[in-house]
Amino acid sequence: MKIILYIIQKEFKQIFRNKGMLPIIFVLPLIQLIILSNAATFEVKNIKFGFIDNDRTSTSRALVQKFNASTYFDVSTDFPSEVLASSAMLKREVDVILEIPHYLERDLQKEKHINLGVTINAIDGAAAGVENVYVTQIIQNFSKHLKVDLLQPSDKQVQPINIETIPLFWYNETLNYKTFMVPGILVLLVTMITLFLSGMNIVREKEIGTLEQINVTPIKKNQFIIGKLFPFWVLGMTLLTIGLIIAKLIFDVPMVGSLLLMYLYTSIYILVVLGIGLFISNFTETQQQAMFIAWFFIVIFILMSGLFTPIESMPKWAQVITEFNPIKYFVEVMRMVMLKGSGFIDIFPQLIKTLLYAFIMNGLAVWSYKKTN
Amino acid sequence: MKRFIGFIKKEFYHIFRDRRSLFILFGMPIAQILLFGFAITNEINNVDIAILDHSKDATTKEIINRIAASKYFSIKQMVTHEANIASVFQKGHVKAVLNFEKDFSKNLIKDHKATVQIIADATDPNTANTISNYVNAILQQYQKELNKDITIVYQIVPETRMVYNPELKSVYMFVPGVMTIILMLVSAMMTSISITREKELGTMEILLVSPLKPFQVIIGKVFPYIFLSIINAVVIVMLSIFIFNMPVQGSLFLLALESVLFIISALALGILISTISATQQTAMMISLMGLMLPVILLSGFIFPISSMPLPLQVISNIIPAKWFIIIIKGIMLKGVGLQFVWKETLILLGMTVFFIALSVKKYKIRLE
Amino acid sequence: MSINKVIQVEDLTKMFGDFTAVNSITFDVEKGEIFGFLGANGAGKTTAMKMLIGILSPTAGEATVAGFDVFTNAEDIKKNIGYMSQKFALYDDLTVKENITFFGGIYGLSKSKIKEKSNTLIEDLGLEKVANQLVGALPLGWKQKISFSVALLHDPKIVFLDEPTGGVDPITRRQFWEMIYKAANHGTTVFVTTHYMDEAEYCDRVSIMVNGKIEALDTPKKLKEQFNAATMNDVFLKLARG
Repeated sequence: MKIILYIIQKEFKQIFRNKGMLPIIFVLPLIQLIILSNAATFEVKNIKFGFIDNDRTSTSRALVQKFNASTYFDVSTDFPSEVLASSAMLKREVDVILEIPHYLERDLQKEKHINLGVTINAIDGAAAGVENVYVTQIIQNFSKHLKVDLLQPSDKQVQPINIETIPLFWYNETLNYKTFMVPGILVLLVTMITLFLSGMNIVREKEIGTLEQINVTPIKKNQFIIGKLFPFWVLGMTLLTIGLIIAKLIFDVPMVGSLLLMYLYTSIYILVVLGIGLFISNFTETQQQAMFIAWFFIVIFILMSGLFTPIESMPKWAQVITEFNPIKYFVEVMRMVMLKGSGFIDIFPQLIKTLLYAFIMNGLAVWSYKKTN
Repeated sequence: MKRFIGFIKKEFYHIFRDRRSLFILFGMPIAQILLFGFAITNEINNVDIAILDHSKDATTKEIINRIAASKYFSIKQMVTHEANIASVFQKGHVKAVLNFEKDFSKNLIKDHKATVQIIADATDPNTANTISNYVNAILQQYQKELNKDITIVYQIVPETRMVYNPELKSVYMFVPGVMTIILMLVSAMMTSISITREKELGTMEILLVSPLKPFQVIIGKVFPYIFLSIINAVVIVMLSIFIFNMPVQGSLFLLALESVLFIISALALGILISTISATQQTAMMISLMGLMLPVILLSGFIFPISSMPLPLQVISNIIPAKWFIIIIKGIMLKGVGLQFVWKETLILLGMTVFFIALSVKKYKIRLE
Repeated sequence: MSINKVIQVEDLTKMFGDFTAVNSITFDVEKGEIFGFLGANGAGKTTAMKMLIGILSPTAGEATVAGFDVFTNAEDIKKNIGYMSQKFALYDDLTVKENITFFGGIYGLSKSKIKEKSNTLIEDLGLEKVANQLVGALPLGWKQKISFSVALLHDPKIVFLDEPTGGVDPITRRQFWEMIYKAANHGTTVFVTTHYMDEAEYCDRVSIMVNGKIEALDTPKKLKEQFNAATMNDVFLKLARG
């Protein structure tokens, strides 16, 4: 077993001597964590709003004012014609256009039905949906107030039935996207670093010739591999720890659940990633090939992890594929434990699957490493 | 000139002889775009909902039926007590709980008002919001029907037109983004590795001593990859059009030109990375670690740039992918011509020239 | 099975697909011998050696190294041999001392043994000043000598050297062969491949491989007589011409 220690010692020395790589391993991910977490948000804000006011009365101006006052809408432009407004939308200068018909005020007083034209840039379908909700809300609000101002309620009028819905958002009342994204981005960064480093490691020794030298020694396969993996495992856990500290200090992400559980899970998770990297490393001849393959998997894993788009929204066959995506489990566990305080029993399915994955992956890695070709 | 062509030939040989890498360079983008085009979507489907029904009367039953009937939702379980809600969420399957108050029907008849809480698991705020909106929409629809005999004096009704993407297909939003990301990463990675490989193997010195000018060496290195990436781009666009039914409202020719420009900018970025890396490992790590997340997050691919804090909006301007995504969406979905995207095109052009110039300068420094 | 024969090879063959790299070679090496395994580039020397050191499995034939079968006991062979690769495989980003410590540890030497060996090695090679410098910064000749010494750290019965003098100046080559003599005098068998025919003169016995086959096997003196040549170089030229 002492032999493993020699290998571990050598690997650590090499990692820390590589002056070019150290900032990439430690500084770059953490900077990205801090900066990019601020980018991730599905909130729809600063909506560029434009209107065509064909009525030009105090009522129409009041309606426009409602949009101006809203925090969601920004930059309100008065377009003289529909043509100009459409052209502006083509140029990305405006995303929502409200067309107020002639005789708005007059028709309202006559208690007629009014149709307002709303045009929304729907390239981002989800955002468009949200924008639509906001527009509708503002218009309904405006409607309600008008009733109070303009209308004289008569006894004959029957009060409409109202089903009042009260939305409550648990674990994240303010719908703060950072709470959601920071743990996720941390997961991504830890995964990328450990995958790339382990993926390139053995190939590198192949390329420079030291692997052959090692294969001629009586060292056992598993001694060699454990010795190689251990430093990267430590690296991953360290990165995670620093990341969690940043998450708490800078983003004030809640840590409701058991930290111990988090670490237990992560320690197994990192083994999976290292196993994958090692496995890749065994089958490639050059670092370039190893990187390409690692890149292929990482991009797929990242985009199909449920971090950016929900897994439940994917077609069934895609969901099956995500069963093999280790990041998916990590994201789930992170959110469940950190944000909801889920316990050991709750994450048991993910834990077992990840454990199995670790066994299989590392087993494959050891098996496919041949000291004698 | 002959030397130059000879040099380019060599670069081509390198690439085509490395079967494994070639397979990855072509196969992977295809596999990825197919995967993502189908799998990446914001739309919700069959979300697990739980019901806490304190009334259990005809009205609540009707509402629950409607929710169950909706393709967006699926009723997973009934909850008996408020206290159980937390543990239901902790298990991780149920995303929202609908809590109907007691005497729901009675209250509707008597007071014309009844309450239902939509308790959403907001660890994923986006989904929570969407779920909340959709449930609300179903309830509003039901409410409308309840009120249909009651004449409402007047209404101001917005008539909404969704333009460029009337069906709100998320494919339209994501496919351009996926195209861009794949092209960018592949291009940048390829060239950054190509140059540092020569450095590590020592063949770079041979190039340095040769009569080829630095400018020629760099262009020569980039050239085969332009060719490869164009093939990639064509395949990806074809797949988008034929499999995902992405429209191409605008000029295909313009799309092609802009794609070539973007590819060159990504390749140039790769070269720049390689001039600052001593080893292949460093180059690859920078290309991947340094480019991947920023491009995914700051290019407007998934998250709208306008919603980001101002400093990030500024930073997003230096990411070539951002401009290209705008151009692609403009051409494919809006059908605009050059007159609407000339600004973005110019910026992309400027970036490319900048990257190449900087690379040549750094390369020259190495000579001295 | 003579106890004096540390390497016994019979009809050893290696094929890569249709290509026969090593074609049914047969030879023995005695304990304490300096055995030169000569041949042109591409003759199959390195392939043959890789089979003997247990990192390439043979297609056919038999071979025992240090008493162990290359097919079934490759790992036992490795306990008893040392190896110096063509690339002088040392870790450029570790110091001289660290490289020694690492390889010593891999071979299971105790800490005190490693220390003792390390000091001896550094002293013998006169590397006191650079003991704590990264190997990558050292000139090729020094790397070569360190690589050889590292191969001998665990006092192996046989040491295999693959083109150990490639790219090194004549003086350093001479010094290197002195190191080889010293090792042989201590009882270590030396199996060395090279394409420098003049080095053949330094060996006890020499075999010459041409296109995967052993075309000559004897002492340099006898070979020169046999082929009526003045130098080993001439012997080789005559052989190669067929």
